[in-house]
Amino acid sequence: MKLTKLLTTAAIALGLATGAMAESHGGKTKVGFVFVGPVGDGGWTYEHNKGRLAVEAEFGDKVETVFVENVPEGPDAERVMTQMALDGAKLIFTTSFGYMDPTLNVAKKFPKVKFEHATGYKRDTNVSTYSARFYEGRAVQGTIAGHLTKSNIVGYIGSYPIPEVIRGINSAYIHAKKVNPDVQFKIVWAYTWFDPAKEADAAKVLIEQGADVILQHTDSTAPQAAAQAAGNVYTFGQASDMAEYGPMPRVSSIIDNWAPYYIARTKAVMDGTWESVDTWDGIGKGMVGIGEISSAVPADVKAEALALKDAIASGAYAPFTGPLKKQDGSDWLADGETADDGTLAGMNFYVEGIEGTIPN
Amino acid sequence: MDISSINPILLLASLIVAATPLLLAAIGELVVEKAGVLNLGVEGMMITGAICGFAIAVNTGSPVLGLAAAAVGGAVLSLLFALLTQYALANQVASGLALTLFGLGLSALLGQGYQGVKPPAFPQVDIPLLADIPVLGPILFTQDPVVYLAFAMTAATWAVLKYTRAGLILRAVGENHDAAHALGYKVVRIRVLAILFGGACAGLGGAYISLIRVPQWTEGMTAGIGWIALALVVFASWKPWRVLLGACLFGGVNVLQLNLQAAGVAIPVEYLAMSPYLITILVLVIMSADRSSAPAALGRSFHASQ
Amino acid sequence: MLRLEKRPQPSQLWTYLTPLVAVIATMIAGGALFAFLGEDPLVAIRTIFWDPLFSEFAFYYRPQLLVKGAPLVLIAIGLSLGFRAGIWNIGAEGQYIVGALCGAGVGLAFYPIEGWYIFPLMVLAGAVGGMVWAMIPAVLKVRFGTNEILVSLMLVYVAEQLLASMSLGLLKNPQGFGFPGSRNLQQYASAHNAELIAGTGMHWGVVAAFIAVIFSYILLNRHMLGFHIRLTGQAPRAARFAGVVPARLILICLGASGALAGLAGLFEVAGPSGQVSINFNTGYGFTAIIVAFLGRLHPVGILLAGGLMALTYIGGEIAQSNLGLPSAAIQLFQGMLLFFLLAVDVLTNYRIRLKQREVA
Repeated sequence: MKLTKLLTTAAIALGLATGAMAESHGGKTKVGFVFVGPVGDGGWTYEHNKGRLAVEAEFGDKVETVFVENVPEGPDAERVMTQMALDGAKLIFTTSFGYMDPTLNVAKKFPKVKFEHATGYKRDTNVSTYSARFYEGRAVQGTIAGHLTKSNIVGYIGSYPIPEVIRGINSAYIHAKKVNPDVQFKIVWAYTWFDPAKEADAAKVLIEQGADVILQHTDSTAPQAAAQAAGNVYTFGQASDMAEYGPMPRVSSIIDNWAPYYIARTKAVMDGTWESVDTWDGIGKGMVGIGEISSAVPADVKAEALALKDAIASGAYAPFTGPLKKQDGSDWLADGETADDGTLAGMNFYVEGIEGTIPN
Repeated sequence: MDISSINPILLLASLIVAATPLLLAAIGELVVEKAGVLNLGVEGMMITGAICGFAIAVNTGSPVLGLAAAAVGGAVLSLLFALLTQYALANQVASGLALTLFGLGLSALLGQGYQGVKPPAFPQVDIPLLADIPVLGPILFTQDPVVYLAFAMTAATWAVLKYTRAGLILRAVGENHDAAHALGYKVVRIRVLAILFGGACAGLGGAYISLIRVPQWTEGMTAGIGWIALALVVFASWKPWRVLLGACLFGGVNVLQLNLQAAGVAIPVEYLAMSPYLITILVLVIMSADRSSAPAALGRSFHASQ
Repeated sequence: MLRLEKRPQPSQLWTYLTPLVAVIATMIAGGALFAFLGEDPLVAIRTIFWDPLFSEFAFYYRPQLLVKGAPLVLIAIGLSLGFRAGIWNIGAEGQYIVGALCGAGVGLAFYPIEGWYIFPLMVLAGAVGGMVWAMIPAVLKVRFGTNEILVSLMLVYVAEQLLASMSLGLLKNPQGFGFPGSRNLQQYASAHNAELIAGTGMHWGVVAAFIAVIFSYILLNRHMLGFHIRLTGQAPRAARFAGVVPARLILICLGASGALAGLAGLFEVAGPSGQVSINFNTGYGFTAIIVAFLGRLHPVGILLAGGLMALTYIGGEIAQSNLGLPSAAIQLFQGMLLFFLLAVDVLTNYRIRLKQREVA
């Protein structure tokens, strides 16, 4: 090995690798995106990629975006991030929870590159985290679902029993119960984020067991198709608008809208004002979008849902507001008290009224 | 907990839908293995069939043409495997794995632009009279035509293997290719045909998922069903009717566990999901007393000079 | 008409020439694919094969070749022993998972005690775990004559479910806010399989892979057991006369391949990957089967084949990021390479003759 190579190797080991990095081409700011699925998944990765395209549209010639899709969590992700950083990326978005530790590892080696990790909880001086308060959207969904159900059975397809998903279930249940005290939730865990055949099966099972509204926390449109085939069943789009299934069965949706955040953070890097932050935005900042409420929803229900949405957006109302009890009957929130972010982030219990136990 | 909310008739009907893609792919693989060839590329052929069928169905508006295209697509991909293993005498295990990799990549590339598109619907066909039979009618006779096709193919495969000369030759090739060759049979040609049949069936199974069961196109949507089909053939000890039974069992475990979950029964999902594989191993052990069931030449290459 | 004619002896010349022919054929076919996708084929090929080795940032990619290639080589070496004797373990993926689970489990059981003995114990547990998992098909084959291809394959699915269960249950990080996945072993000094020399990619797994190559070379060429293995593969009946006990050979070959796969899993989970998570396994066990055949079941060949596979992975990621090629195109390209490599091997053992059609 040549001496120069040895020295370069030593340099990266000492965390001085920035010196060896390529300069960005023609003054463009390079922004990298690491995706866990294919950009064509129609859900999670698809929406992150839309955010990437929005960055390109916003800044035109001033930015260059690069992405790698289908990157397994672990050492492969670490390598892809390093490669982007070496190639001169100034800002890298890593868009899966499993990229958390790899992101921090790479960030240590490249102190001048900014990293943005989605849905994680570990930060550093050059690592921010961002996530969306999807549970705010679930409150709106729950309200609509509570009104629409005739069988009083709402089916819920969960991915994995993690706080993010449990929050969504609780939020939807609380608000469905508020408008329909007889409502009952049937929860099925698919143990996958994305497996169309399994999601379709899960939706069919719920429908067969009497559910006439299906909420999903998995990313494919398979449950929508299953509901359509069944007829009188309502669904909500997840991650994407899934408007192609409207006005029935899809009556509304929760849309992940990363574009404003991605544009703002890219701008911050360009201006030199970037700082490590923990962002958890919801409907108010536009990170969580509520898809068009379709004509299948009665006008008064639609108005009620939109009013709730506005109240959440303005901050006048928090979806987790007491009095609320935990499933086991113990007190959680006193009257008027709202949940703090720490409890929400690690939520591992159902609220009172939900049947069944969280698998472990 | 409320098990009474599970409707057994609906459960069995949806179990059959879950079993059909497995059944189609496994019947194809069964014929391939009976001819003495182990093609591990089922997953790759299924997903290629899924996109070929989907693309053609969307573009022509005809689900039937889509199914035909899926069979052709699966068969064309399997032709690659046939060339590799039968003419270039490459190792079958490695070639099959490479075929899966290739098929996954190919399908993803072909499928760009088909996300979020809805395919033309397949009509459900209630068979007159039979559909009115209580219990059995709604389970068996109010399905889509492909379910009936899959049943028919199972029966046909069984009959052909058991009663016809063609079936006898196929089995002879799979048991002892040297002897079959000595008797004047074209071992390679017969195996290539079997591989093509297997590819076409896998393609159909894939299209059943993308056109009927889900129905939509997304990358990687077969999500391991091809691998389960492989397990199924062994589970069934290379007997078509047992493949049918096995498909219901393998497909059914998932439907059943979802049903139990929805009914509020706390079940360890992972351990239930393991069970079909453990049962398969058990069946293998029990079956190994009966040495005649596995094709003797399975996985071995044949060249006339050997 | 073209006809294949068996060579009296495998051609030495073609043994060395065939991989080259295959790589060139892949470049041509792959180049056509990339041209079809609107990329400059020369640039794409250069990015995949040349850039990881000789570009500006090769100082980073070369060590990564070791990180990516080591598990492949380690597993493939083990598999090749059995393959040579006609014993087909295709369940290395499962043995890899179980090795990682056992090894990580031992490490996590000691947490947070620090001690020099912890890592060696983990290594031992990893090897034993993989070996035990491989012994299931071995014992069933010896005792009942069950087909080991199928049993080992079934056990992969069982291992995957076990992995999911462990990540969500027993091994879940108690401080992980309910997210699936274990503690990160990279942050637990006694259990961390760190780089031996920083920046070189050399961790214990790489060392083990090299040792395995040398060991297997000596075993196959200088040792009675190696002779028995080769003899059994080439002439099972002759082997019987030479005193080979088939049952013993089955246990040894499957046990050894399982132990090596388990080791690969342990080194990965304790090093580059760092944690047990639902998506921990990324297909090394299956890819290693291909690597074993690409390397013609020869230790040195496997070393080279593992390097080549690693190269296409890393080069493929660079091509995605720099050229915007979809990951599907890279997968297709790898598939092509494998097809060509498998197809040309026929020239080693056979020659192609032009022959008059025989009169029937």
